[in-house]
Amino acid sequence: MNFEYQVEGGDFSHAGSTSSAVKRIMKQLGVDPAIVKRTVVALYEAEVNIVAHAYRGVISVDLDEERIRIVLDDEGPGIPDIGKAMQKGYSTASPEVREMGFGAGMGLPNMQSNMDELKVDSVVGKGTRVEMTNYFTAKNE
Amino acid sequence: MEEGFHHALKFKTDLCIGCSHCTGVCPTGAIHVQDGHPRLESDRCVDCGRCYLACPVNAIYIEQDDFQTIYNYKCPVILMPSTFSAQFPEKISQRAILSAIYHLGFKYIYEVEKSVDILNEVIRQRLADPDAERPLISTFCPAIVRLIQVKFPSLLPNLLLIRPPMDLTSLYIRRNLMDQGIPAEDIGIFYVAPCAAKIAAIKSPVGEEKAQNDGVINMNYLYNKVFRIIKQGEYQLRDDEFDFHPISRRSLMWTMTGGEIYDLPSGRNLAIDDIQNVSDFLEKVENGDVEGVDYLELRACDESCAGGILCAANRFLVAERQKKRASQKSENVTVEENRLLGYREYLKERISVGEVKPRSMDKLDDDMAVAMRKMKRSFELNRRLPQVDCRICGYKSCQALTDAVVNNKADIRQCIFVQRILEQTDKMTTAEAIRIERGIWGDQKLDKDSMKGLDIT
Repeated sequence: MNFEYQVEGGDFSHAGSTSSAVKRIMKQLGVDPAIVKRTVVALYEAEVNIVAHAYRGVISVDLDEERIRIVLDDEGPGIPDIGKAMQKGYSTASPEVREMGFGAGMGLPNMQSNMDELKVDSVVGKGTRVEMTNYFTAKNE
Repeated sequence: MEEGFHHALKFKTDLCIGCSHCTGVCPTGAIHVQDGHPRLESDRCVDCGRCYLACPVNAIYIEQDDFQTIYNYKCPVILMPSTFSAQFPEKISQRAILSAIYHLGFKYIYEVEKSVDILNEVIRQRLADPDAERPLISTFCPAIVRLIQVKFPSLLPNLLLIRPPMDLTSLYIRRNLMDQGIPAEDIGIFYVAPCAAKIAAIKSPVGEEKAQNDGVINMNYLYNKVFRIIKQGEYQLRDDEFDFHPISRRSLMWTMTGGEIYDLPSGRNLAIDDIQNVSDFLEKVENGDVEGVDYLELRACDESCAGGILCAANRFLVAERQKKRASQKSENVTVEENRLLGYREYLKERISVGEVKPRSMDKLDDDMAVAMRKMKRSFELNRRLPQVDCRICGYKSCQALTDAVVNNKADIRQCIFVQRILEQTDKMTTAEAIRIERGIWGDQKLDKDSMKGLDIT
């Protein structure tokens, strides 16, 4: 089953609506609550990333009996060094932003720890694509 | 204990006018209308009582035990929330209220919140544990525990699995009376319930085997009885308040909104009342959108227990009286004042309750492949519905109707818009449409003669 959601960059007040919609679907399908939670936490993080950094984005969700696969495509500045961005604590945020409690450099690492598979591709000046998958039957975590 | 889920809310079909207001206000979509009357889906109901408040003809009642059963015990004990005395106008004294209760035949009167000081200690200990889940979610309000079971099962590990004051105080009373030499079989503890959820929690406890009380009395029922005795002056004022009075300020604050977090160590502790507010907030917690919160006090009723559906007085007046009484109490009481505190270890050993299991209501089918087929169908159908949520189909919303349709519990032609569309293309006759409407609303509302005598053209 496929679902698609549009995300507007900068619209923080509505950030999270895709996560809530996907959560409802997963609950209706009877996915294990613990997996629902992990998926939604990662998706929420990814959704907010689009809102915070990109101009706009599309979230595509593909569900079958074995797994949920989510692809987030955004038009935005892109990530110059994905390797660094995947490291815990790495952040491009200014000290001022960090002082407010944002930009702790946990975004991508947090997504990674909540998803079985995570892949990030980015072209600077064009946008970023995040592909992430969680399996419903416990593989080796 | 999870099977045969008990609900204290019952419908009186003879009084019911089939207006579906209950359907509209139910936060979990547990009620739909069929044959002119509400049908309760037992698995979805969390006993919050919104339907009871919404019913315009009082066709929903809350079952209670026969009051006469108190006389089956040689030593009947009443266990009442401290908000009970706050139901009465200021001019009626605490002493008059207690004397009237003794007049009814009770041997001992206790306030439920007597054990709050012990609970407060345990919550502090859990909050000090760095390994405990965050936020810790209070299990005090049974409607909220059930809401989490059915709608937010992924938050079940966050529940602080301890007994409510009602159970702890009850354990103390029984132990204490037995220590005084009263035989166990003579002791009957009757709990005065401010809401349906507390009754349901006693009749089918979540996370434990058996309730601690022997019976339940609805608060409004007791209020009426006591008020009558006082008004008619048919009682003797007594001085013996036994173990009743001494109680700390935090204990009296406990059932008010903010009462649980009122005396917790500084940190981020939130108090949220009203089931819809709680639902919205838990949605955010589940998304991981709420960070760094330590403790959540969540209550299904607006103004918490002062707004309990079995309260007799206005919730704001009850809250005001309750807070006023609390302000006159000292922060702490001694063991001499509150003898329950002498049973600290006995109660702490028994404070934990077992695991609370998920009871997801959202699941379309146990088989995920089937659930997916149903969901596809539901999306297809729902896309074509008007999204008016008019309830003419008997369900709370267009979405609720389509979910029922894919589970073979309803017919998509129950939608009045679908009927009109089908009639235009000759796929449905008016007679058929009326037959379906009668199946939902009963014969009376669609009686063709009911407009006779009115000049309608």
